[in-house]
Amino acid sequence: MSESKRRQILPIGQDILEALAKLQEVELEDVEVEFEELELSLSPSSILGVPAPRAPVEAPVKAKPTSLLEAEFQLPIEEYPGVIVEVELGATRAEGGSRARKMVIGGERAPAYYSFLQDTPHRPVIALDVFDYPEVRLPRAVKMHVAEVLHDPAEWARLSVERFGADMVNVHLLSIDPLIKDTPPREAVKTVEDVLQAVDVPIAVGGCGDPKKDLEVFREVAEATKGERILFGSVTLDMDIEATARAVEENGHRVIAFTSMDVNKARELNRKLYDHMPKEHIVMDTTTAALGYGLDYAFTVMERARLAALKGDPELNHPISSGATNAWAAREAWMQLGPQWAPRELRGPLWEAITAEALLLAGVDYFMMMHPASVKAIRMMIDNLMARRRPEKPIEWVGLRI
Amino acid sequence: MPAKELSPIDVYKLLPGTNCRECGETNCMAFAARLVNREVPLEKCPPLMDPKNKPLYDKLWELLRPPVRAVEVGVGDWKVTLGGEYVVYRHELTYFHPTAIAIDLSDELSEEEMEARIKAVREFEYEYIGMKLKLDMLAVRSASNDPSRFEAAVRRAWESSKMPLILCSLDPTVMEQGLAAVSDKRPLIYAANRDNWREMAELAVMYGCPLVASSPFDPKGLKSIVKTLLEYGVKDIVLDPGTLGSEGLSETLNNFTALRIAAIDRGDDLLGFPLLGTPISVWGEEAEDPVINEWNEAMLAAALIVRFADALIMHSISGWALLPIVILRQNIYTDPRKPVSVEPGVRRFGSPNELSPVLLTSNFALTYYTVASDIESAKIDCHLVVVDTEGLSVESAIAGRKMTAETVAEALKNFKVGDLVKHRKLILPGRAARISGEVEELSGWKAMVGPLDSSGIPKYLAENWKPD
Repeated sequence: MSESKRRQILPIGQDILEALAKLQEVELEDVEVEFEELELSLSPSSILGVPAPRAPVEAPVKAKPTSLLEAEFQLPIEEYPGVIVEVELGATRAEGGSRARKMVIGGERAPAYYSFLQDTPHRPVIALDVFDYPEVRLPRAVKMHVAEVLHDPAEWARLSVERFGADMVNVHLLSIDPLIKDTPPREAVKTVEDVLQAVDVPIAVGGCGDPKKDLEVFREVAEATKGERILFGSVTLDMDIEATARAVEENGHRVIAFTSMDVNKARELNRKLYDHMPKEHIVMDTTTAALGYGLDYAFTVMERARLAALKGDPELNHPISSGATNAWAAREAWMQLGPQWAPRELRGPLWEAITAEALLLAGVDYFMMMHPASVKAIRMMIDNLMARRRPEKPIEWVGLRI
Repeated sequence: MPAKELSPIDVYKLLPGTNCRECGETNCMAFAARLVNREVPLEKCPPLMDPKNKPLYDKLWELLRPPVRAVEVGVGDWKVTLGGEYVVYRHELTYFHPTAIAIDLSDELSEEEMEARIKAVREFEYEYIGMKLKLDMLAVRSASNDPSRFEAAVRRAWESSKMPLILCSLDPTVMEQGLAAVSDKRPLIYAANRDNWREMAELAVMYGCPLVASSPFDPKGLKSIVKTLLEYGVKDIVLDPGTLGSEGLSETLNNFTALRIAAIDRGDDLLGFPLLGTPISVWGEEAEDPVINEWNEAMLAAALIVRFADALIMHSISGWALLPIVILRQNIYTDPRKPVSVEPGVRRFGSPNELSPVLLTSNFALTYYTVASDIESAKIDCHLVVVDTEGLSVESAIAGRKMTAETVAEALKNFKVGDLVKHRKLILPGRAARISGEVEELSGWKAMVGPLDSSGIPKYLAENWKPD
């Protein structure tokens, strides 16, 4: 459809909605008459001994209720046949790695935080981004928190865990990019080994997006870190899928299957991976767009994929990873917009937090994040969603003095 | 039948079947398909409006009405519709009426404070891909519990804003005095609860205003109040299932979710009403700094926008906290059936000539509109080449190899860009820098690397653009 046609349709649709809204009132009155008639036989007026007013035959006057009419409510319980696979990240010494503990994600049998159906089986993981390239483009609000460690990925990882409370770290090997520094795989191995030395949490390793170079580097890093259950990101449809899967699998690691925002592409990639590795070794990522810049698509693709998986789709039942860091691609996250929208030092991290929050509710299990305040906010949100505490009493906000 | 399960056949069977084309469609089946998509009203079918077809009309109405009823609040230009929704998840059809955001106004504020706050709410506006994002309502609160004070605040709110009002007091005496001041402006009454329902219902019926049924964290009680109000004769009802942040968040979202699923997928008519969330509740928690409450309120509002709230009452009017909220609302309520992309091609901005710059971008709608609005507001004369990236942003298209030297060279050739200008200079987006070398080789155009963000275009052109 051409753009001009599409534009024409829009206002017509709005007219219709208004017409529908108006017409609906007419309809509702009809419905209600029937409802009232049904209830009339139970009218309390005669029971209470109040003399019923003499009603004209054609329009009976209805007695108003004098006490609360009790209704029954049942939670809409639904059993979903599907279950999301559990993926283990990081291996302890006893398991052949060197991490202090492992993380497990997935295992859901109901939509995210429908806790009237199921308690969330595992906390989503918040992993902080670390780059091996000091010139990486970072928003000012983020850079100020990591300025001291930009030149040292291992120190950056340590800061992320010790100061910002990261569950895991994502080491992004940008400098291997043939168009950036084209560093050889052995340098990447060194970087990853340094990070493994610096922190004892499980880690993820990200490539540069070049399908050939990434495979070359993943192979060497995977071998050098055999048994650590590192999460490699990403395998994509345009990579040599078999070779990538084998490099990951033969060395006891895990992988992120990354596609564009398309449920069918995600299925296709997962299906191709099943030939080379067990389902329990795959996390899927259908691309995160920033709030205001396509978040609706990102949200809906994740929500659809998760609901389909729970309804039994055998090719989508994987934990979901999200690069919530992409929130900073939105100009509203970093730009000066005038005094009404200031300060951007708050607006930016809130942007990342709300991008992540929407996707958390769509079902994300693994977040890549950046700003310490956003990380803290999402951690609190997860705590609150998992608390399952029944509020003792509501807040009387009507009379608040604020 | 839930809207997501309704097929055109179900509707077709009840249409008169004349294939008369009076509706503008080629046949009854095509009209049925549009009805199922809620793109046309039934009244577009003249044969159906014939009194003898009333039974068919009534059946179709029942089949097509939204399970979450629509409730109108306010009058005039600012009037809002709450609810009127058909599906639980937006991909099942689309959502229709964006969550209406009300900002509170305490009746204890001074006249000046009140006017300043009303002005801020009324004038709140953010321009986003050709739309003006705004706030919707004022929620006047009787913090004083003094009827005259409340009445004065309500009157002022209406007179200075003309916006839809929510009148908030649980005391029927206070409510009546406030309501009398704006009774013909269709305010939403907050609220009827287990204790005051009879008086509030009486007011709602007397003044013909919509009424909130409130029973925090007690869905059974909420349903009982609704049942009683309907029996009492109240027609337009909004549900307040209770909102809390912090450790109450889980239960809050549970209630919103359960109520919405019960109304739509289980056909529970007593729950088929709009849901009101009150993120303002976070202000009842102690915080060292109000900024923390503002932040938490925004996070709570975001969760409720995602989880089915049709209206929200909030307190903060800080732009940094409200901006992500109004944009999230716009995103979630965008029709997912509409394509994400704009038509590829060359667009003219201002009055470009053969020496004007040639810029290039992707055909992702958001990217395109952002770039277009930056060019327009700087009043730049130029040509903009829109490459078919299958609706991906520049960054994603480069990573996903939808924007390559090949697709760029092809676009230049297919759109005959060389005929539009004398020079051979192409300005690529900064995020497409990595393909600039190959673009030069393949297309023969000199590739200049523009700014990373299109807001930098005016400055970039001022410093770098020379046609030869």
